[in-house]
Amino acid sequence: MQELINRAKELLESGEVARVLGWKAGDLPYNPEPAYFEKAEDLKDFVYNGFCGANLSKYMIEASKLEGKTMVCLKPCDTYSFNQLIKEHRVDREKAYIVGVGCKGKLDIEKAKKLGIKGIESVSGAEMTDDCDTLTFQTIYGEKSVAYADVMLERCHVCKGKEHQVYDEIIGESKDTKDAERFAEVEKIEAMSPEEKFAYFQSELSKCIRCNACRNVCPACSCRKCVFDSTKFDSAQKANVDSFEEKMFHVIRAFHVAGRCTDCGECSRVCPQGIPLHLFNRKFIKDINEFYGEYQAGEDTDSRAPLTNYTFEDVEPSIVTERG
Amino acid sequence: MSIETNEEFRPKIVAFCCNWCSYAGADLAGSSRLAYPADVKIIRVPCSCRVNPMFILRAFEKGADGVILCGCHPGDCHYSTGNFYARRRMTLLFSMLDYIGVENGRTRVEWVSAAEGVKFSQTMNEFVEKIHSLGKNVRLGDLRCKN
Amino acid sequence: MQRIGVFVCHCGSNIAATVDVKKVVEMAAKEPGVVHAEDYQYMCSEAGQAKIAAAIKEKNLTGIVVCSCSPRMHENTFRGAAERAGLNPYMVEIANIREHCSWIHKDVEEATKKAVILARAAIAKVNLNTPLKPGESRVTKRALVIGGGIAGIQTALDIADAGYEVDIVEKTPSIGGRMSQLDKTFPTLDCSACILTPKMVEAAAHEKITIYTYSEVEKVSGFVGDFTVDIKKKARYVDANKCTGCGVCQEKCPSKKSLSEFNRGLNTRSAIYTPFAQAIPNVPVIDTEACIKMKTGKCGICSKVCQAGAVDYEQKDEIITEKYGAIVVATGFDTIKLDNYDEYAYNQSKDVITSLELERVMNAAGPTKGHLERLSDGKHPKEMVFIQCVGSRCADNRGKSYCSKICCMYTAKHAMLIRDKYPDVNVTVFYIDVRTPGKNFDEFYRRAVEDYGVNYIKGQVGKVIPQPDGKLLVQGVDLLDNKQILKEADMVVLATAIEPNPDVRKIATMLTASIDTNNFLTESHAKLRPVESPTAGVFLSGVCQGPKDIPETVAQAGAAAVKAIGLLAKDKLLTNPCTAKADELLCNGCSTCANVCPYGAISYEEKEVNDHGIRETRRIAVVNSALCQGCGACTVACPSGAMDLQGFSNRQIIAEVDAICR
Repeated sequence: MQELINRAKELLESGEVARVLGWKAGDLPYNPEPAYFEKAEDLKDFVYNGFCGANLSKYMIEASKLEGKTMVCLKPCDTYSFNQLIKEHRVDREKAYIVGVGCKGKLDIEKAKKLGIKGIESVSGAEMTDDCDTLTFQTIYGEKSVAYADVMLERCHVCKGKEHQVYDEIIGESKDTKDAERFAEVEKIEAMSPEEKFAYFQSELSKCIRCNACRNVCPACSCRKCVFDSTKFDSAQKANVDSFEEKMFHVIRAFHVAGRCTDCGECSRVCPQGIPLHLFNRKFIKDINEFYGEYQAGEDTDSRAPLTNYTFEDVEPSIVTERG
Repeated sequence: MSIETNEEFRPKIVAFCCNWCSYAGADLAGSSRLAYPADVKIIRVPCSCRVNPMFILRAFEKGADGVILCGCHPGDCHYSTGNFYARRRMTLLFSMLDYIGVENGRTRVEWVSAAEGVKFSQTMNEFVEKIHSLGKNVRLGDLRCKN
Repeated sequence: MQRIGVFVCHCGSNIAATVDVKKVVEMAAKEPGVVHAEDYQYMCSEAGQAKIAAAIKEKNLTGIVVCSCSPRMHENTFRGAAERAGLNPYMVEIANIREHCSWIHKDVEEATKKAVILARAAIAKVNLNTPLKPGESRVTKRALVIGGGIAGIQTALDIADAGYEVDIVEKTPSIGGRMSQLDKTFPTLDCSACILTPKMVEAAAHEKITIYTYSEVEKVSGFVGDFTVDIKKKARYVDANKCTGCGVCQEKCPSKKSLSEFNRGLNTRSAIYTPFAQAIPNVPVIDTEACIKMKTGKCGICSKVCQAGAVDYEQKDEIITEKYGAIVVATGFDTIKLDNYDEYAYNQSKDVITSLELERVMNAAGPTKGHLERLSDGKHPKEMVFIQCVGSRCADNRGKSYCSKICCMYTAKHAMLIRDKYPDVNVTVFYIDVRTPGKNFDEFYRRAVEDYGVNYIKGQVGKVIPQPDGKLLVQGVDLLDNKQILKEADMVVLATAIEPNPDVRKIATMLTASIDTNNFLTESHAKLRPVESPTAGVFLSGVCQGPKDIPETVAQAGAAAVKAIGLLAKDKLLTNPCTAKADELLCNGCSTCANVCPYGAISYEEKEVNDHGIRETRRIAVVNSALCQGCGACTVACPSGAMDLQGFSNRQIIAEVDAICR
């Protein structure tokens, strides 16, 4: 982390960048939050550790409009999102100084809590220089150690790899933390009966409080004004919260980002209700891969997205019925 | 037909038809007096690629029991490529609806040319029959709220 | 809020017999925005249109809904009526209660209910309509004719005579098409070549006509009035500017074993060849598959004997790009392949031939120099059997469902000509029906039967069995006498079904012109617009649209020409105002829309916007309304909903959905 701070200081002082986009410590040991640092001395609050799950690429949309360059810290998986934003002309590559930060898997404090860890005072084992095999919590009930992987975010179990897709320099080491099949959960649902599927999604989605956290954090949901907030798709003026979009929100949102979603997993990470929202996006990704060939959004900045492409021989929609 | 077997249930069926092929095919079905149930109501769109998945979800949310999209045969699109995009969009949408447990027979895409009045009528008869067998759509009304 | 008038048409009894029009009026009047509703016998009539105009003026209507026949039928009529009464024509919506309702439903209550819902959807839509104004686009005053048969030649001549430039693109080395292969024509029996070749010469000599033979259309872009077409001129390996057409090269060519396409494979031709003596242009081509020089590098005799030095083995294919205002498709037909009809022994016996092959046999320039003889042994036949409807009017998938239309007449012609020239030959015709509608047609057929003694048997042939002695045993049935017939024949002629030229599918795709299940091009309206494709600026000439004889083809060719001339005579065209438009405050500038636009109509501009007080420069999609054809692909691709289609907006379509599902 110190190496990162030193470099940030250098860049700020040399004037090469006007600000640094990273994380600062939160009020608890495990909730750092995204932050801008405009002066070298502010960097004392800068943190980067296993709890810095937030994908900062979306912040670059606004940062691209600011004067001067922004140094932005991107983990390997965040760089896919950044590439996708370049492709959609939403960020300015020239306005970003990308420091590819090392990542050995990010943590989900909810998982720790589920393991019975309460009253956390501090955490060790999640720093950049750590091996990230074991995580040790100092709690008011004493010290507790758990396997790092047991507290990892879902998305890190299906890690896309330790390579940064776009960067100016790389600081810190990364580790491929993949230990699960990316589409295993989707396949599990696909194997259910229609009744089970419906019951599953209805029970999950019924938890939704429409707080918009998923949409706000999603780097693909980068519209200046979301369709859910405009009157473009309503025959009357926006009536009330009971409107059509409210009910179909997650399906529509997933469709809007289909072929553009990099599967960064932020939606599920931030959902206060713990809804596994990534299961919608991942279903689209799985279908796209199966129907139209492997496609990873954000791997490049110039390929044609699956929904803006076609071949004469594409499968017919009846495939859905035919495959049973 | 199943109308006799289930008299109370009159499904609401929305058919989106592209102006150049399928709408003309429906016209031909009409001028050839090829009957299909009155449950089918056609909305004219310039091209199948004009149909936003939102329209289909909207129809279901408003009480439709089935939605069918008809366009020119692949390769014959008046706008060259429209139905290719429609095909991908609908494939993914239908797959998603299937994934969340909506009976996949409630949605259908059929390519009907301006000369295929017979096919149009047959398709609509089949589709209505299918919807009858599935019964009223209760699932897509509101996914988010448990009854 | 709009002030909407609803006009319900009875269409005589077409609608009123199944739809309670009064009820539709009553229900429509209750819909939001509706301030006027009435019904009338024929809304499209002058009196009906006057009612609409009167209501627009009296009630100050801002939008109207006509519940009538399909918008494909009378949308323009009612738009015109509205415009004349001072209402923007795009404030008109049609509820199709005829084709989509009264004509397909029998129950009055059910049909009425549906009509009310269709009216409701149209009213809901018109509530959200906005006045639209068409733009203008230019017209390139040049026409392209695809296909150089009699249809294409006639169309080209008519357009050229009106003073417009025309290019003919013909796939084969010469213009002339199928008609050039015919010997005589019914019902007057004039010689086909004698009436066709002068037209070919006229076309070639016309200063307004450019002929590209041995050429194919490669690519078409653009739209009515402004098409851009790539034409591939295949290498002939003979310089047309130098060639004098002397024919020495063909005489001296040592490779003479290729089957003659012109003579339907009944004899052979040289590797360097003109398809027939009267070919236009009279410039040979080298068949690279057969040419010894091309295959082995050795030979070059044609080049050596050519005094004009026209042979050029290095010639390359050439792409010519040209702009056109109108395109006429005249791609014609071919006979179907007979692989599905093994029972007629076409592939087993040389003496079983198609009617088109018989044309070549009867022709003085044909493989037998016009003598009627068996192709197997050159013997003069005594018994000839004609089998009708081979692949036509077929109930299963083996052949074509349609009637090929010309076969009954040409068979009568063949029978008559044979009986006339060779009174010793007995001619028997097996038929399902003899169809002779047309001027002097039935008289012609009766002459064949009554004056020439042709033996017509109503019934089909089950099998043709080649005999060891070279004869053909025909097993048929006489339906009128209800008996089996076994007949020995020397030659059997199959009236083979015709089908559109197989290339037409590729061409239709390039032109985005619709095609039916039989690969015939679809006309815009079966009765009222029979020579226009639904794709604006594309016209249909000849058999590509449906089976036709020569007089019908020529008549249609002229009609297609007139439609093309009508288009070329305009300096400007009004464009469809139902184009896409981006809401600049919602646009992300993400380029997704441009990626799906088939017309390249979307570009991006750095534009200063004022978004609720925030002034900034943004990358924003801009639609070129002259290029946009209004498909709407972009509107769905757009993630933010910034892109919308005028006339078919998201809100309009959703209003229809809501009205239907209400």
